[in-house]
Amino acid sequence: MPSLDDLKKRIKSVKSTQKITKAMKMVAAAKLRKAQENAEKGRPYSQKMQNIILNLTKSITDPENAPKLLVGTGKDHTHLCVVLTADRGLCGGFNSNICKLAKTNFKKILSDGKELKIITVGSKGLDQIKREYGKYIIKKFSFKEKKQISFHEAELIGKEIIKLFKEKEFDKCILFYNNFKNVITQIPQAQQLIPAENKSLATKTEEITSYEFEPEEDEILEDLLPKNISTQVFKAFLENAASEQGSRMTAMDNATRNAGDLVDKLTINYNRSRQASITKELIEIISGAESL
Amino acid sequence: MSDKFKVEIISPEKTIISSDAKEVIIPSYEGEMGILKDHIPLITFLRPGVIKILNNTDKKFFVEDGTVEFSNNNLLVLSSTVKEISKIDMNNIKILLNEAEQKISQNNLTDKERYSISYKIQTLKNISK
Repeated sequence: MPSLDDLKKRIKSVKSTQKITKAMKMVAAAKLRKAQENAEKGRPYSQKMQNIILNLTKSITDPENAPKLLVGTGKDHTHLCVVLTADRGLCGGFNSNICKLAKTNFKKILSDGKELKIITVGSKGLDQIKREYGKYIIKKFSFKEKKQISFHEAELIGKEIIKLFKEKEFDKCILFYNNFKNVITQIPQAQQLIPAENKSLATKTEEITSYEFEPEEDEILEDLLPKNISTQVFKAFLENAASEQGSRMTAMDNATRNAGDLVDKLTINYNRSRQASITKELIEIISGAESL
Repeated sequence: MSDKFKVEIISPEKTIISSDAKEVIIPSYEGEMGILKDHIPLITFLRPGVIKILNNTDKKFFVEDGTVEFSNNNLLVLSSTVKEISKIDMNNIKILLNEAEQKISQNNLTDKERYSISYKIQTLKNISK
């Protein structure tokens, strides 16, 4: 049985922890609103970009000569995995979820006898991955000092990916990030960047409009595909930022609630033992008086 | 039937404008292009220049690059460098102009880069007048 003093100390410490988690929740909530807005505003751009590329791909008649970024190298040997995580912890399962998904993919790639290369963005993912897969990491990015990630940073990573592709460092590129669905649900995702996935969105059965191209479609694709990669990376960034804050908010909300429960329990314990000690003293006094 | 069509300018960060227009003039890569309603479907990209949206009130935007798609009377401009001209600071233009002029004086440029930078300078000069 802990003494009264010990209980008092514990209650105090739990209460101050609760204050911290509460403050973090508030901060996350405020940041979330902004991040969510950004993510939602950024969606049309990447979507429309995908659409244009889809339309362009439809009109390509000669897949042999199509840009490599679109159709891939034709091989499937080396996989490049880009793992986007946060730079800060204390956000629930956010970072672990991405890493878990990434790791299952790594395992599959390696067990298939293929080569693996990893780029990590954000320090938390790096910490989790480097223990097991440290030797595969070829590059790491961290934008810890940046308060808000802009398109510029995404372009940096996009260019790096394209550079590696041109040097024939890999055949296939997969991007890992958390898709922001709502505050409570974030879905870790693996998106294939190169070759551009021909997800048959044609199920919408839009009539295939024949476009007029100026200049030639090859040239447009040549210009558009690298841009698209940066755009997709940027989209992932935005989704990730919103997910991080959402995840942190839920985690901190839970922590605050748990701390509250703990304080209640400890207070009951405290009161009980206080009462017990008073009763004990009373009994002592009474039995002392009786014996006189 | 009105003679208007929908125009949208979208940057990675947000939708900059989404409105109706009678005519839009875009600085396409191979020359300026005026687009009216019922233009045939088109995909092209931009060189530095000014996008003019002609409606009841005209609007002008400075762009450095971007992609344009027109289909079903929807004009879509995707660009990461769009700025509305009335909102640009004149000092900023001067800085950009200086940068561009310095860049073009370098020798290691490809023809393509030189081409687009020269247009950038020209447009910036026009704006600052």
